[in-house]
Amino acid sequence: MQQQTPLVQVRNLVFARGERVIFDGIDLDIARGSVTAIMGPSGTGKTTLLKLIGGQLFPQTGSIVVDGENVDKLGIKDLYKLRQRMGMMFQSGALLTDLSVFENVAFPIREHTDLPETLVRDLVLMKLQAVGLRGAAGMMPNELSGGMARRVAMARAIALDPMMVMYDEPFTGQDPISMGIVVKLIHELNTALGLTSIVVSHDVQETAAIADYIYLLSGGKVVDQGTPDSLWESASEWSQQFLNGEPDGPVAFHYPAPEFRDDLVGGGQHT
Amino acid sequence: MILDPLQQLGRAGISFFERLGRGNMFLLQTIAGVPALLWRPGLVIKQMYSVGVLTLLIILVSGLFVGMVLGLQGYNTLSDFGAEESLGVAVALALVRELGPVVTALLFAGRAGSALTAEIGLMKATEQLSGMEMMAVDPMRRVVAPRFLAGFLSMPLLAAIFSAVGVYGGFFVGVGLLGVDEGAYWSQMQASVDLHDDIYNGVIKSIVFGFVAAWIAVFEGYDTVPTSEGVSRATTRTVVHTALAVLGLDFVLTALMFGD
Repeated sequence: MQQQTPLVQVRNLVFARGERVIFDGIDLDIARGSVTAIMGPSGTGKTTLLKLIGGQLFPQTGSIVVDGENVDKLGIKDLYKLRQRMGMMFQSGALLTDLSVFENVAFPIREHTDLPETLVRDLVLMKLQAVGLRGAAGMMPNELSGGMARRVAMARAIALDPMMVMYDEPFTGQDPISMGIVVKLIHELNTALGLTSIVVSHDVQETAAIADYIYLLSGGKVVDQGTPDSLWESASEWSQQFLNGEPDGPVAFHYPAPEFRDDLVGGGQHT
Repeated sequence: MILDPLQQLGRAGISFFERLGRGNMFLLQTIAGVPALLWRPGLVIKQMYSVGVLTLLIILVSGLFVGMVLGLQGYNTLSDFGAEESLGVAVALALVRELGPVVTALLFAGRAGSALTAEIGLMKATEQLSGMEMMAVDPMRRVVAPRFLAGFLSMPLLAAIFSAVGVYGGFFVGVGLLGVDEGAYWSQMQASVDLHDDIYNGVIKSIVFGFVAAWIAVFEGYDTVPTSEGVSRATTRTVVHTALAVLGLDFVLTALMFGD
């Protein structure tokens, strides 16, 4: 029974920062064992959604249930327990700059377990081997390329063998080779470790290649959802514009402005 | 229009008290994280190295020079009254009561406090603190509490070293260069500096300053606006606020201790 319920259930989520409404009643299900992508233009609050799922932010209304536990109702202890079963890869990697690659991956293991040093070492080397960076164990974060830093962050995210990993913009700003590596790793780790993955991204091709299910967010709503194939066939104009990267469509090329003619002739003030 | 300055004043007042409240809540959370450090002394020791040991050099050099200046100035004044034998007392009292705790706290803010703020602020700006939270590690306990405790413990030790070195600085100038009697320098000091009134009060001052300086440094770091500009502002604020707080508190403490 537990296997069939979605790992993450978001219901009627409303979240606002000050006056600005970021989510206006969204519903999402993240199926166990799947790679689910959350896509949308920059500034739609995709990262915010991950922080809400991880309990770093709290919704104004609505609920977020992760593995049967209501994230926004949990006490701090239970929340931390739940987080031990979640991994997260930040866009920047968020590696601890005063620790080596090895120590970064060892960090969650050392913080949460009392394993003997030899076992910690074996575990860390296994995780680093999985992302192909065992040879970089002794390097410091400032010596790594952006792509390598993200792979180390990935190794760290899976260090405690979590049930779920959240990837925040894993493909942004990568060269084609490291992009290919990250795409392959997300897919392989998900299968090999039996994870559930949530990928937040706006890179259509890469995401569509590995996602089992995609949610498209815009303007605080889920505008479309489905498997990658079904989305390509989607009747929604918005989805077509986003997936095909068209410059004009439901999302207008021009930022809202007064009539161009009036602006030129009228000499209106820009304030 | 007329109400604008009034509104601004009100806004500034509200934001000041809001920050003060946040700072106090933060302090409670930090202190709550301190007992857990008993089981992980390594974290504190590492921070005591960067906060305390690395500040030693500036403390030693400054202490020596301050002591030498006191020796020189004290000699000039005291010799007018033929009381240059009391130089040891003058130097020692000035150091243990005032200059040791105060100057150490000011130097500490510039050398260690600013570094603590910048480090924590940059950790916030680069999502390291957020990353820790997601790894179910509380940054208040793992990052803030050890740094706070290290700063708090280091300050009285640094102030004691400052005063001790200063006494020797005064000795070099007074006895070595200006010919004050060596025996008089030490014996008068021994006879007139009271353990309870002078030394203890000086230590209490440096403990209070250590608490305040460490609190301001870690709070400003944690409360940073996570941008380059935010970190630079927070670092400046640490130095300025610590200096003001230390000098203000010094007057209050002096009045309480020596005011009669």
